[in-house]
Amino acid sequence: MAKGILKVKAKASGDKTKVKLMAKHIMESGQRKDKKTGELIPAKFLQELKVMHGGKEVFAANLGTAISKNPYFAFNFAGGAKGDELTMTWVENSGATSTETAKVK
Amino acid sequence: MKIIKTLALGLTVAAVTQMTHAADTGFDMQTVDPEADRIALQKYFKSRFPESDIADYVNGIYAVDAGSREQWEELEEFPPYEFDVEKGEELFNTAFANGKGYADCFENGGVGIRQNFPYWSKEEGTVKTLEQEINECRVSNGEEPLKWGKGAIAQISAYMAWTSRDKVFDIKIPADDERAKAAYLEGKKFFYAKRGQLNLSCANCHVQGTNIAIRADLPSPQLGHVTHFPVFRSKWGSLGTLHRRYSGCHKDSRSKPLKPQAEEFRNLEYFQSYMSNGLVANGPGSRK
Amino acid sequence: MSMNRRSVVKAIAAGGALVGASVLMPRIAMAAWTTKAFEAEDQATAMNELLGGAAEESAEVTLKAPDIAENGAVVPVTVSSSMAGVESMSIFVENNPNPLVAEFLIPAGTDADVSTRLRMGKTSKVTAVVKANGKLYSASKEVKVTIGGCGG
Repeated sequence: MAKGILKVKAKASGDKTKVKLMAKHIMESGQRKDKKTGELIPAKFLQELKVMHGGKEVFAANLGTAISKNPYFAFNFAGGAKGDELTMTWVENSGATSTETAKVK
Repeated sequence: MKIIKTLALGLTVAAVTQMTHAADTGFDMQTVDPEADRIALQKYFKSRFPESDIADYVNGIYAVDAGSREQWEELEEFPPYEFDVEKGEELFNTAFANGKGYADCFENGGVGIRQNFPYWSKEEGTVKTLEQEINECRVSNGEEPLKWGKGAIAQISAYMAWTSRDKVFDIKIPADDERAKAAYLEGKKFFYAKRGQLNLSCANCHVQGTNIAIRADLPSPQLGHVTHFPVFRSKWGSLGTLHRRYSGCHKDSRSKPLKPQAEEFRNLEYFQSYMSNGLVANGPGSRK
Repeated sequence: MSMNRRSVVKAIAAGGALVGASVLMPRIAMAAWTTKAFEAEDQATAMNELLGGAAEESAEVTLKAPDIAENGAVVPVTVSSSMAGVESMSIFVENNPNPLVAEFLIPAGTDADVSTRLRMGKTSKVTAVVKANGKLYSASKEVKVTIGGCGG
């Protein structure tokens, strides 16, 4: 399977699942200038992120360029058990999109 | 308040410099005593920051400043260097064109050995650092050497540090080779020597100036300094090696930076690592 | 089938009566990325575009952020709320070129408790806005961003 950009730490804890995830992404704001050419480096950032569990959306985010490089999010949702699968979909401002999965530990 | 603090630093530096010199041992071969220096350093920081555990100094400024520690702990929930450690592992396990790998160059296959660097090499008559040996491994196997400051070398070093977490630093100064002690002494002299436009020594900021605001920065303590490298600095937005920071800090303090892996830097690393004996390897780390 | 945010806003703006309460149903359909809100250059406009109005300060919204950011590129914050019926939580940094930083959608079953890391260009008020039961509540905090002497 192609390696994704999302690194997920999901843990079943009591009656909840705690999720920490970090995306490997530069989140280029479009405001930086190329040191050599003086041109603006075009914006390239994750705009949307959705996390599903058991066919249900458990988290979604609309993001701007002020989210730090290697975006990090932590959230908790009710339910979930060790071995369950999380499905994550992201959309970049370029239109690029992908879906990745991770297991709850 | 910042201005007052900065002036106070200036005065403190003048006064305390004398005290610090008295506290540790001398600056020539007859009077220098590395072990006494190491103990004196720990005593100094214990008295400056009584609430902080010596073992916690592997976390740098976060061992002594609560405000920044809280932010660092948030970052540690999912540290920014994790991608680099993964990449480092991948690079470490990728064979060279000739079929050999990094594991062939290092004892124990390169795993869990970070705390043994740098070391005094009798054969070569010089201090050897981990990054040096990473590149020597490459060159002796027909590969191009990597750049010293960042990128692949930092990632490989990070992976090797990661496998060595919690191993105790025990840098040796072999008694049967005076040149080793001389190298330690050179490192110590370098650390305490004033240089550059601001006439600052490493000690001014990282011993006397620890946790005293320099504009908006809080210098980290020398104790434990090298234990957590390579380091992911938010300022860099990337991972970098110890020598990258050595050079950078010289630029910041307005003195001419030496090149990474220069002999002076290797002696400095030797001195600083000895000073951190007893503390654990804690790399890679994340810092501001 | 499900109406997205733009359609809802348009319907309200047109002054027409909303077609039944189902339009305001807690989302399964995710709100689309609202360009106007993210590209707005002042906070009031951004808030208006995203959420349709201003928020009232509430002690039931908590914004955890440092007093002095160690580094403006990576400022850890946590937004949370003890209220019931939270639908979304959004973060604004007033002095950023574009104040809207992120909008987090909180489906039923998910805690109103999200952590993330922001970029701040300079010292600024940071505001968390929680949308609960159709109303907006906020909490703010000033976060100082400084430039240290030890760049390199």
